[in-house]
Amino acid sequence: MGSQTVTKQKEQTVTQVMSGAEAIVKILIEEQIQVAFGYPGGAIMPVYDALYDEQDRIQHVLARHEQGAIHAAQGYARATSKPGVCFATSGPGATNLITGIADAQIDSTPLVCITGQVPSSLLGSDAFQETDVIGISMPVTKWNCQITDATEIPEALAKAFYIAKSGRPGPVLVDITKDAQFQKFDYSYTPYKKIRSYVPKPEIDLSSIEKAAVEINNAKRPLILFGQGVILANAEKEFKKLVEKTGIPSAWTILGLSALETDHPLNVGMLGMHGNYGPNLLTNECDVLIAIGMRFDDRVTGNLTKYAKQAKVIHFEIDPAEINKNVKADIPVLGDAKETISHLLKLVKPNSHENWFQRFQECAKIEQEKVINRELHPDTGSLSMGEVINIINKYTKGDAIIVSDVGQHQMVACRYSKFSKSKSNITSGGLGTMGFGLPAALGAKLGVPDRTVIAIIGDGGFQMTIQELATIYQTKAKVKLLLLNNEFLGMVRQWQQLFFDKRYSSTELINPDFQTIVKGYYIPTKKVTEREHLEKAIEEFINYDGAYFLEVMVGKENNVFPMVPSGAGVSEIRLE
Amino acid sequence: MEKEEFTITAYTENQVGLLHRITIIFTKRKVNIESLTTSESEKEGIHRFTIAITETEVVVEKIVKQIEKQVEVLKADFYKNKEVVQQEVALYKIPTKSLTNGIEVERIVRQHNARFLTIEKDFLVIEKAGFRRETKALFDDLKPFGINEFVRSGRVAVAREEHGIGEAVEKLLAQN
Repeated sequence: MGSQTVTKQKEQTVTQVMSGAEAIVKILIEEQIQVAFGYPGGAIMPVYDALYDEQDRIQHVLARHEQGAIHAAQGYARATSKPGVCFATSGPGATNLITGIADAQIDSTPLVCITGQVPSSLLGSDAFQETDVIGISMPVTKWNCQITDATEIPEALAKAFYIAKSGRPGPVLVDITKDAQFQKFDYSYTPYKKIRSYVPKPEIDLSSIEKAAVEINNAKRPLILFGQGVILANAEKEFKKLVEKTGIPSAWTILGLSALETDHPLNVGMLGMHGNYGPNLLTNECDVLIAIGMRFDDRVTGNLTKYAKQAKVIHFEIDPAEINKNVKADIPVLGDAKETISHLLKLVKPNSHENWFQRFQECAKIEQEKVINRELHPDTGSLSMGEVINIINKYTKGDAIIVSDVGQHQMVACRYSKFSKSKSNITSGGLGTMGFGLPAALGAKLGVPDRTVIAIIGDGGFQMTIQELATIYQTKAKVKLLLLNNEFLGMVRQWQQLFFDKRYSSTELINPDFQTIVKGYYIPTKKVTEREHLEKAIEEFINYDGAYFLEVMVGKENNVFPMVPSGAGVSEIRLE
Repeated sequence: MEKEEFTITAYTENQVGLLHRITIIFTKRKVNIESLTTSESEKEGIHRFTIAITETEVVVEKIVKQIEKQVEVLKADFYKNKEVVQQEVALYKIPTKSLTNGIEVERIVRQHNARFLTIEKDFLVIEKAGFRRETKALFDDLKPFGINEFVRSGRVAVAREEHGIGEAVEKLLAQN
């Protein structure tokens, strides 16, 4: 054992002369990156030249726009839990990454972005394609740095990977000047294990977990809210044990969706603006609110002055800055969810809250009658988004990865999709980035090729990253694209109908023929306008061995309900 | 909750761009920074930010957590005025001829516990360290003689406790 360790250390310190660009590619291999996304250009050309020699070990996915590349990297990261790697050139290449970086920052997605920069001698001279990407990306990265000397590359990238993956994950950006990419130097690489100024996982205070256990054991009407923290900590098993042992009804944020299977009896559904009736209404009746790995986003809480004022709040969270940010925690429990839940499991008593759980079932019944039946089983009239999702569930049996874009179809997809496995719901939650879905689905499919990946997209978002159909064609990724076409920017139109006197300002879309467009990318297509053809089309869509595009024309002016109107409290949720 | 003066202290690595990373935390919340100084701290290689703002305690607490969250920040904390010993330094440049009209300027400088830094042929520079109100009082007294230039430094402050957060920083460094 001892001699092995010594050998390993020796290996790590062996140096090799190579260029900065070759070092970058070598480090990706050391970090076990098999797929990277990007778009070449002047200032990143040495890196692309180095990638050319390593095509057997690193698949580079050439997107058609840098935004497509970074959303694909996000989809890859969310499906695999590995960091997504993304390359772009200086100037416009780098600025085109920014939306994806901001999206990854707010949704805690690990990304390592590597941008080329003009030669160091030209920095600050307004050179061709020069932009201050460090300054521009600073507010939306977990960490970033600029490299002007090749000898700094190994340490910077080691730090970058460590920071992106550890603690609360996030995007990092390393900007490397072209001369540093060309520069030869003595290469050696040692991955980072810690940084002295950085505490990725706060120390666990057992007394806070003991206090939490007392409250949970004494609670009469407890409610668990779970978020992506459960998934990021790989704590799904521990979490499920906790839910089952304590018998506490549990509701999810849209990034927490799929951490607990949707058919679990104690899974009471979705929180927030378009969430389920029970969890929203009863948030304001519970006596103990147990939030795990979630950040009380305003789309979850509605009006904070009317949010769970009666409840004792216990907040399990890895990021100290989230404690008391939006909702005051009576008992904050800092730490990685896997570790804190494991401790908690030993202290909580087996329980069932039958009468309290009954309340959720009553609410579910009301919602079923007033909203869900109409949405999932309409007999007449136009097709609904919900009935499409319902049939998809029948054929996926909850095993697929569902990637949604942003808008009405996203809310419907999250509300009604069934999930039996974790890391299966991929959506732009915090930033709400239209155009996310298509490239993210491609990235997810490349990350987990054995799973069925279905992108559910609206006709607005589809046209924001439609060019990535070419990337799907080029990579031959077998990704399923479902377009729910209502010829409107549906969510904005819904708000215009409800809150702006039906003044449909710039929300009607006069669309091109998507069938012709997608055929132009050599992807098989089908369009459904009638209910009688829907199920067969979906069956073919799911079973087709390859990429496939299914367009379903849905009701133009359907609304998503329930809804917590903007500014209202969660218990003021409207069913119609 | 009332707004009041707070002093934020952060121990950090010495890193290009960290100043920007810290100031954008304020910009994002539209909070004005009244003064900001950085210098080396008592610990080798570790820098120290001292930031003065007027805000509610709730906002200050959230800002400080965001500062401490930055990878290259070791520790951050905030203090009310009564919890720190603080000073600012001011320089006043006035015409040398003001000395020729009697002893008035010398008397003012003595009275304010200030001192002459330099006396040149055409101008002289007076230095005063103290609280904002003290440097302001000297400014008002010197004004009749004509102030050619006036500058005041940002606040520097140490906590009114034996170690302050320096101890927590020490602990963090010892772990690594």
